[in-house]
Amino acid sequence: MSGTAIMMMLLAMAVLWGGLGFAIWNITRYKGEEPEVFQRDL
Amino acid sequence: MSTASEHTEKHRGAFSSRKVFILAAIGSAVGLGNIWRFPYVAYENGGGAFILPYLVALLTAGLPFLLLDYGLGHRYRGSAPLSFRRAHRAGEGLGWWQVGICFVIAVYYAAVIAWAARYTLFSLDKAWGSDPEGFLFGSYLQAGDPGIGLDFVTGVTVPLVLVWVAVLVIMALGVQKGIGATSVVFIPVLLLAFAALVVVALTLDGATAGLDALFTPDWDALTETSVWIAAFGQIFFSLSIGFGIMITYASYVGRRSDMTGSGLVVGFANSGFELLAGIGVFAALGFMAASAGTTVDQVASDGLGLAFIAFPTIINEAPAGALIGVLFFGSLVLAGVTSLISVIEVVISGVRDKFEMTRVGASMAVGVPAALISIVLLGTTTGIYVLDIVDHFINRFGILLVAVVSMLALSWVFRKTAVLRGHLNRDGSIQIGTWWQWLIGLVTPAALTFILVKELMANIETPYEGYPGWMLGTLGWGVAAAVIVLGFLATLMPWRDETFLDDPEEAHEAREAREGRY
Repeated sequence: MSGTAIMMMLLAMAVLWGGLGFAIWNITRYKGEEPEVFQRDL
Repeated sequence: MSTASEHTEKHRGAFSSRKVFILAAIGSAVGLGNIWRFPYVAYENGGGAFILPYLVALLTAGLPFLLLDYGLGHRYRGSAPLSFRRAHRAGEGLGWWQVGICFVIAVYYAAVIAWAARYTLFSLDKAWGSDPEGFLFGSYLQAGDPGIGLDFVTGVTVPLVLVWVAVLVIMALGVQKGIGATSVVFIPVLLLAFAALVVVALTLDGATAGLDALFTPDWDALTETSVWIAAFGQIFFSLSIGFGIMITYASYVGRRSDMTGSGLVVGFANSGFELLAGIGVFAALGFMAASAGTTVDQVASDGLGLAFIAFPTIINEAPAGALIGVLFFGSLVLAGVTSLISVIEVVISGVRDKFEMTRVGASMAVGVPAALISIVLLGTTTGIYVLDIVDHFINRFGILLVAVVSMLALSWVFRKTAVLRGHLNRDGSIQIGTWWQWLIGLVTPAALTFILVKELMANIETPYEGYPGWMLGTLGWGVAAAVIVLGFLATLMPWRDETFLDDPEEAHEAREAREGRY
């Protein structure tokens, strides 16, 4: 692989997988409110 | 909350937690397009440089539109028709239009899953022999001349029936026990299976040549409008936005959930999976090129050709080919099923809300006719032509068109984007500003309208794939038009007396205020 191809692959990984990592970290630190009892599906 | 709105909500079902909702939403977004469309689109549109327009499209159109769907479903707590109806009296037709589109998509999407399931088994003994293309159209699909026939193909019909039986069981089990439980199991398995496929593909001879072809940047491509259109198109079609799925799923989430944070996870998970797919697919294509003594550009393909012709060729040549086949086609099945159940749930949810039906009743009322139409049209020797035409037209003049119309209506006619922004910000971990309203009301519709007009002109100038005019007129333009007409006719049916048609959030806040006062 060429140097630029490797660099662009690493950039894509950093942005998209790093973005996913940030997003998961964000929701785990911010709990919000879970339903106490989930509604029945009648 | 008033008694009427409380009744409606208890009746509808819900996900047991935000985690289940996120997995279900990822399951919907990650579908066949992530695996067989993104890699080729990226390769054709600048390679490594494509990441820039792709990221811009994700941040300025994909995620804002995803949040619009989330806001609408979460605030108004209903299926697409009910949520639009609660947002504005004149909005219900948009919801039914989306329901119609989902019904059409479910009919043909099931067939591709059935093919993939069959090919998972074919992989074990490489049943396609040395001519995968001849096998696909000849021995397997037995494709005749374009038309609509009733010559059933057992090898297609039997797995198609099994797919529908499985889907009906999942849908009848309900939001949590059916959709939620399926997603909780299927999504981690899909991720593991595809990661294993990528690892195996990376060990093949020529894999680095494939990655080189995919990631080598063509910076000049960034000056071409078509590349930016491709990025917006890929993000739009990949995220399951604009046709009711995310509205429906968001209505099943706890009232005080963090929807903006969840949206960020779903958006990046979808794009992250696309990148993984790109690496796996192009590593395998690099091997295919090396085996044939040619270059990657000679073997690169997408869609059905990539899945059912290129991959069998790779499986024939590769060490551990059967393993690659099971992982690849198994991944298509898993990704396809979690997307199919989200599509059909839009229809079931709409019918349940309108007629106050039971979960099992609505699942059968929707699923059985969908399955029968699917088997009759797609289980035959002409099924592949039906699939090709309906898929082409409903994506462009169904999904794309309703997305533009609904965004403009919510922004400029119903004027609900400020309310939805406030709702998303109330419990959101990420606050969105007025810029979001401009993206939803102006930037995203403009980008999608550009794509739509371009597609419209191309399809008027040149009949799609040279199919007969009557087929394009009925299965293409006709179906796309029919879902609009039927969608707006559906609004003429009255809601049940017990269905709460006002804003449930206002009702809830009013009750809280009263209880606080007394």
